[in-house]
Amino acid sequence: MHWPLTHPQALLLPLVVALASLPGAAGAATAIPGDAKAGEAIYARCAACHSLAQDRTGPRHCGVIGRRAGSVPGFAYSDAMKRSKLVWNVKTLDRFLQNPMRVIPGTAMGYAGITDKQERADLIAYLSHANQSAACRP
Amino acid sequence: MSFLILGNATNPLAARRAFLGKSGLMLSGTAVALLAGNDALAAQSGKSQDSDVRVLNSALGAELEAIAAYQVGAESGLLQKPVLDLAVTFQGHHKEHADLLAKTIAKLGGKAVSAKDKYVFPVETLKTQADVLRFAAGLEKGAVSAYLGAVPLFGNKDLAKAAASILGDEAMHWAILRNALGEAPVPSAFMS
Repeated sequence: MHWPLTHPQALLLPLVVALASLPGAAGAATAIPGDAKAGEAIYARCAACHSLAQDRTGPRHCGVIGRRAGSVPGFAYSDAMKRSKLVWNVKTLDRFLQNPMRVIPGTAMGYAGITDKQERADLIAYLSHANQSAACRP
Repeated sequence: MSFLILGNATNPLAARRAFLGKSGLMLSGTAVALLAGNDALAAQSGKSQDSDVRVLNSALGAELEAIAAYQVGAESGLLQKPVLDLAVTFQGHHKEHADLLAKTIAKLGGKAVSAKDKYVFPVETLKTQADVLRFAAGLEKGAVSAYLGAVPLFGNKDLAKAAASILGDEAMHWAILRNALGEAPVPSAFMS
């Protein structure tokens, strides 16, 4: 789960820049800058159910940016998630992570959410960076 | 390797046994009273109940995976005897949590999730005892955060209290695993 970030200045890339070249990045312009390194620490909160490369209690996060919600092949999603028609980008992830059960009533993700917007931005920055890490390469 | 340092005990193994004996009894008694033994749960109904069942099932899924993870650790051949005992004890706690969660879900009229046929763990990265402990510590920390995120969601306060009881147990697991790794067992005043 560790990935090298050797240039400290790179850790504070504006999220807009971090995601500019990724598919499904609509909404990035409204995001606040995220710190991927701080986001890595926040991601530890997800470790009971999620990992980058493997489906666990929750689905894998490699490739999550730009992915349609409920679409990882073989993962048993809730009907609510499959029907949500969301595509995960900065904006939708930010909304969902703030209060998952309000954004997708019926989701199996029984988690109150992350109320701090900077923490959400950091976590999303981490997810986008991690997608380019060795853990997410086939 | 550092291990348990509890009170005035100079023998870490004796201290660990004393601690585990007390904590195991505490959790079991409290959780049974709060969950499976609470008939008032069955009277709960409606959207709140459906939501509570979903949250409980999320927790159950994670507990079942934790049981499997500890099994991988126990069978890895990497854990030395005192640590192996500890891992098996913690796995036993997770089994108690899972059993209770499943019974509670049934009491609420829900269908408990089952263990998966196969779990995928990063076994290729587990080369030493410390690797196994670090992996387990990560799962335990995640579990604490997951329960912390679940507690406010319950419509039934007894369920919230019981989830907090499990959270406490898993926080102790995390702290002891960190200590075994030579890290500060309690790195901060608050969990998130």
